[in-house]
Amino acid sequence: MDKFRMMFQFLQSNQESFMNGICGIMALASAQLYASFEFNCPCMPEYNYTYGIGVLVIPAFWFFLLGFVLNNNVSMLVEEWRRPTGQRGKDPTILRYMFISISQRSLIAPAVWISVTLMDGESFVCAYSVDLDVYQFGNATEHGLSEEELMRMLAKIPCKLIFDGQHIISREAATRYIQCVSQAFGWLFLLLITVIAFLIRAIRPCFTQAAFLKTKYWSHYVDIERKMFDETCTEHAKGFAKVCIQQYFESISGEMRSFHGHLRGDDSDDDDDDDEKHNNDEDKLLGIWAQDDMDKVLWNWHTCKPPLSLRKDGVSDDSNSFVNGNVSMNQHTFVNGDGYPSNTIQKKEWAVYYSKV
Amino acid sequence: IMDRLKLVLQYFQSNSESISNGICVILALISVKLYTSFDFNCPCIPQYNKLYALGVMFVPPVILFLLGVMINRHTGVMMEEWARPPGKRTKNPAVIKYLFSAMMQRALLAPMVWILVTLLDGKCFICAFSMSVDPKHFTGLPNNTGLDLVKIMAKVPCKEDIIFRNTTFRKAVTRYVRCYSQAIGWSILLLLILVGAVARVIKPCFNHAIFLQTRYWSNYLDIEQKLFDETCVLHAREFARKCVVQFFEGMQDDAVLRLPLSHTLPSRKTQDEYEEEERLHGITRKEQVDHLLQTWYQCRPELDVTKIAHRPTLCITWEDYKGRTIYSDV
Repeated sequence: MDKFRMMFQFLQSNQESFMNGICGIMALASAQLYASFEFNCPCMPEYNYTYGIGVLVIPAFWFFLLGFVLNNNVSMLVEEWRRPTGQRGKDPTILRYMFISISQRSLIAPAVWISVTLMDGESFVCAYSVDLDVYQFGNATEHGLSEEELMRMLAKIPCKLIFDGQHIISREAATRYIQCVSQAFGWLFLLLITVIAFLIRAIRPCFTQAAFLKTKYWSHYVDIERKMFDETCTEHAKGFAKVCIQQYFESISGEMRSFHGHLRGDDSDDDDDDDEKHNNDEDKLLGIWAQDDMDKVLWNWHTCKPPLSLRKDGVSDDSNSFVNGNVSMNQHTFVNGDGYPSNTIQKKEWAVYYSKV
Repeated sequence: IMDRLKLVLQYFQSNSESISNGICVILALISVKLYTSFDFNCPCIPQYNKLYALGVMFVPPVILFLLGVMINRHTGVMMEEWARPPGKRTKNPAVIKYLFSAMMQRALLAPMVWILVTLLDGKCFICAFSMSVDPKHFTGLPNNTGLDLVKIMAKVPCKEDIIFRNTTFRKAVTRYVRCYSQAIGWSILLLLILVGAVARVIKPCFNHAIFLQTRYWSNYLDIEQKLFDETCVLHAREFARKCVVQFFEGMQDDAVLRLPLSHTLPSRKTQDEYEEEERLHGITRKEQVDHLLQTWYQCRPELDVTKIAHRPTLCITWEDYKGRTIYSDV
């Protein structure tokens, strides 16, 4: 029992810690992706803004979708959402809980990307360099450039190597200023999401704790039930396949047996051990003793596969059709033709099959 | 390897405080790493210097504090214990206070580490207070740039600026402000350690017995919560298994027969055959399987496993020819 307990604790915490691990790996991957990404501002007034804001927003969105893709519980959520009601009512709070927990995990990697991008500042410099006020950073009071030329010069600020307006505006000062603004936005963003997460996690037990326990149990139950069903189906398929093949062999060997005549002799003279071993080996042969029998088995397996319908084993051929067929019977008692000796103690064993008929 | 894992799990389970301590230390290390990888960028503009520097010094500690509170397991336990209705178990305010103070102490570690590292490094102070330095104490103030004093002092934190190219003025002012910053940092550290040491030494003098009790019961609450979750998990697994098996067996459509056992029936089945029948649950035809899978989707069974949980089992009764019971399993 102790081992059981430890195993289940490990599994349960393992599943959650597995999801948390995937979460953490994606966050690290997003930070690493940013570090290895070569930011290349186009330095042209028309495209700067699109590029800068695009680099900020699009990978975040992509990470969010990736989080959904990697999460196994998404298919479970959709299944539970779309199934017909059947005999079991649907609880919308469970669906909401599952959706929220999946979203929370998927939001971590995009948040890391956005904060790393904002802290680094390059995307903001690229996007907003054209909006700078020249007079605040200007070295000279008069610049003598037209609007368009001014914009083009400002757009070149993010690119160190091609900037040519050093006499008009100090590039480092402008870059520093925009980076500060970007970092301020980054810290504010982090503060905001931390406060929201704090409110949700730390304050929630004050409200609806009992309902929360209920939804947590039933959403976990839905997950486990799905796994149990798959497991039971797999075991059933194994049993089905095994019995089907056994009956196929026996059906062919049954034909063979009647065709070739009885080949097995009486083994009651041997020892017990030998007898058992002999019987086991013979059982494994399933009645196939000769080469052309085996050839027929193999041939028929391809040309004429048996139907997917197992015979009920152990009942005599007369009653077989009653058991397997469409006739419904209630409480009929069949008396065996052979009588029991009446002076000895009678052993009555009842084989009972239950049904809903 | 399973034994080692079991030992580790047992250790952690028995002492929930050690997990909290570990997480606390990890968060402190993360805060140091975050500071070193953060690219500090003083704007060197008079209006924004102070704002930026103080922002960098105080906003991340708030974030780290909130993170520390969220990650701590005791927070959930404490909030639940505080918010629950009394029911049949009275509430102990001392336990809640203990949990609160333990949580606060742990959550305050990472913010303090950030603030101390900031002060000892000095960049924030230089950025914020370079304008308050009196330049008369230092030689080499560049006076040919045409900018006023405030703007020049505001540019001190920025190394690359061209106005400081040929003088040692900038380095001197930087060193001066950094000294102040480090002095304040070390003083705060000394103060904290003194307070901590004194509190540790004096605490057993007051109410030690009550302290032992509260610590025990707060640990108990944590463990009880964990065990409840565990039991729910195990229960859900059993429930699911029985529900699925009941569903399978409900899909059978065999007829009911009662036969006295005839010679043609095998009197004893092998273990394998019993297992096979167990696994088949009575579903033996393709149409049955298809119908079962279809019904699982279309018409999910209700959440009620009473029938199978209390299923009657096969019992054997021996009677003599007069009908008197000789032996019975019932």
